[in-house]
Amino acid sequence: MTLYHYLAEGMFFGFIVLIVFGGMLTVWSRLLMHAVLGLAVVFIGVAGLFFHLGSPFMAMMQVLIYVGAVCVMLVFGIMVGHSPTQTDRLRWSGNNFLLASGTCISGFVLLTTTLVRTQWTAAAQRVGDFSMQHLGEAFLHQFVLAFELISVVLLIAILGAIIIARPPQESDPS
Amino acid sequence: MMPSDHLTTYLIIGAFMLFVGLFGMIRHRTLIGMLICVEMILAGAGVNFMAFNYFVAPDPAVGQAFTLFILGIAAAEAAIVISLVIAIHRRFHTVDPQAINELRG
Repeated sequence: MTLYHYLAEGMFFGFIVLIVFGGMLTVWSRLLMHAVLGLAVVFIGVAGLFFHLGSPFMAMMQVLIYVGAVCVMLVFGIMVGHSPTQTDRLRWSGNNFLLASGTCISGFVLLTTTLVRTQWTAAAQRVGDFSMQHLGEAFLHQFVLAFELISVVLLIAILGAIIIARPPQESDPS
Repeated sequence: MMPSDHLTTYLIIGAFMLFVGLFGMIRHRTLIGMLICVEMILAGAGVNFMAFNYFVAPDPAVGQAFTLFILGIAAAEAAIVISLVIAIHRRFHTVDPQAINELRG
């Protein structure tokens, strides 16, 4: 074990702390703007985990798409729909809170015990590596249909978003 | 073996994000707040895919490609939901999901 390993491990725990802290901020904040901020913190932590999982490209994509695009779009949504200082008021009684938190905590504990007890077997041998070149070849050979479909889905989603969000025209029957 | 060398660590983080997102969906009372939590659930799914990709998958490109697809779907979904929220706000002048009950019958 070199100093480098310990440093990497420390950063790993730092990213986990970021995810937990951001998740709590997202759930518990009264202001929606703070919730988006917590979501951005979670995404940055996830990008750090992707570095540890051997894929700097996916980490950069995570920062670029999630933090850079989705969070900014959510901020736009908050600013259009609400006043940014509007609070997300709690409207549940103590009973409902107990029910919700009990369900989520017990589900998490159940899943975690199952995960800890399961033995995962790695593949006998690996084809390819983590390089960008291999990923690009996979996109253009193995996943070419899904790749094209996802671009069509994105195009249709953006067109649909424009049509839905457009103010009603005079000539529309509705 | 450090904790970052175990598949289970990453899977627990993914499970944490799933249940925090679920709890937030119940707790938040606005459409945008619920959308924020859905995004967190999707990011947790991405963590799971990348973890399985690194530790057990035979081809490392598969998990990365799937995570990229999840990223694309999440972006498309966020765009649609934001436009729906804008349309709902224009029509009902609120984004409270409990106030939008015209189809309740």
